[in-house]
Amino acid sequence: MDNQLYLSSSPHIHSGETTDKVMRAVIYALLPACGVSIYFFGLPALSVLLICTLGCVAAEVACCKLMGRDLTLFDGSAALTGILLGLNMPPSSPWWLSLFGAAIAILIGKQVYGGLGYNPFNPALVARVVLLISFPVQMTTWTAPAPLGSGIDAVSAATPLGEMKTAVMLTGALPEVATSGFGGYLTGNMAGSLGEVSALALLLGGLFLLFKKIITWHTPVSFLATVIIVGGIFWLVDPTKYPSPLFHLLTGGLMLGVFFMATDMVTSPVTGKGMLIFGFGCGLITVLIRLFGGYPEGVSFAILLMNAATPLIDRFTRPTIYGHVEQEATS
Amino acid sequence: MSQAKDVLLDPLFNKNPIGLQILGICSALAVTSKLETVVVMSLAVIFVICGSNASVSLIRSQIPSNIRIIVQITIIATLVIIVDQFLKAYAFGISKQLSVFVGLIITNCIVLGRAEGFAMKNPVGLSFLDGLGNGLGYSIVLLLVAFFRELLGAGKLLGYTILPSTSEGGWYLPNGLMLLPPSAFFIIGLLIWLLRTWKTDQIEKEN
Repeated sequence: MDNQLYLSSSPHIHSGETTDKVMRAVIYALLPACGVSIYFFGLPALSVLLICTLGCVAAEVACCKLMGRDLTLFDGSAALTGILLGLNMPPSSPWWLSLFGAAIAILIGKQVYGGLGYNPFNPALVARVVLLISFPVQMTTWTAPAPLGSGIDAVSAATPLGEMKTAVMLTGALPEVATSGFGGYLTGNMAGSLGEVSALALLLGGLFLLFKKIITWHTPVSFLATVIIVGGIFWLVDPTKYPSPLFHLLTGGLMLGVFFMATDMVTSPVTGKGMLIFGFGCGLITVLIRLFGGYPEGVSFAILLMNAATPLIDRFTRPTIYGHVEQEATS
Repeated sequence: MSQAKDVLLDPLFNKNPIGLQILGICSALAVTSKLETVVVMSLAVIFVICGSNASVSLIRSQIPSNIRIIVQITIIATLVIIVDQFLKAYAFGISKQLSVFVGLIITNCIVLGRAEGFAMKNPVGLSFLDGLGNGLGYSIVLLLVAFFRELLGAGKLLGYTILPSTSEGGWYLPNGLMLLPPSAFFIIGLLIWLLRTWKTDQIEKEN
């Protein structure tokens, strides 16, 4: 029966793109940021990343076994969630905090919904927010960067965003960190979570993903543009009270969120127009939380909120079917 | 007698008002940060639901059907006011902590649901047992939620320290999320998952 004719519906051309290839590319794209964080924060950073990744992988295996699902370990999605979670943690996190986060990410963030592809929220961000609300002290205890070989173990410090929020609340004016030192923010020489620190390394990874066509330009561009424009409007209104757009761009988890979290294929809209709306919402909520909210950083909340709006956005940006004619309203 | 037994015991696990019907969620989120408040709240709801079911059933053939909801709500509201006044007189501290949620028993869908769905069609004795069963089913879920929330959120049960917290020199680091109402959503969700793993006939058919 070799000459049997196979009939199947379109599409007939396979792009060669598989889940594990995509996941692997994203992991490669995150490596520079991991490297920078290990350089600045030393071994604690490495151990946080390792515990998160191994924890997620172990939780994934346990869930698949217990629920009788096919083992989805080798598509790399659990490892990627682990790395993203690790980059969301402060470098001084105790081991149990990372492990708890890993379990939450896979169990509550992903597997209860049915596994990869069914989760409405980004698992790593779910875990970050659960940890932030559960253990606010541990999740906001930052250490200043101490580059490898500097001979210092750790010095506690505030993140630039945290310092800005406190200063604006106390004095009504911007502190010095919000107006200078941008070079350090770009390379990653500041306090923050592992993946918050180096805008440059994250930008490199993001460009790699764009180049490989894993992500499209829509979400990052509209997210960043919204932050620049909305942040810029406030800055122009009162530059002594609101930080410049450049400060918004280079501090906090913005770069990580823009390129690696907001572009998550499962939890963001599928059409270009939808992605533009999604990015705009993320940017707007981020700036509003940073300037007026109770927390210094709003990227994670913004992306989670827009994740929740994704089905709605998809519904309203559904492309018309080819050849479809707008029906006149009858009756 | 087997009907009476079913009416009393079914709402505990087989047809749990919170677990299967997803009713009464509001108070399940609001008052469950401590076991103590939950015990009082549960007793209050059991009293109201038993009383309203029995009373509605007693006059069911006299209630004109087009104003039946008004009559049911009047009976329920009366019972709730009695509970509220009783708590204010004899347990003022608890009454303060429960605040509006005692009054909100009036709007608890379980109470009205049983009055309308069961007591209007069944004799007094059965209606009373149905009220008791549903009240207990509600209480079981609330007690479980409060058990986990107080234990994990404060390291205590009924105010007694079980896990000594770090702020008092112990080893347990309290989980702040557990003290916030959204955590009850997670716990109720996990409980429903557990319940449906045990009673597989509760799983909805996929469309």
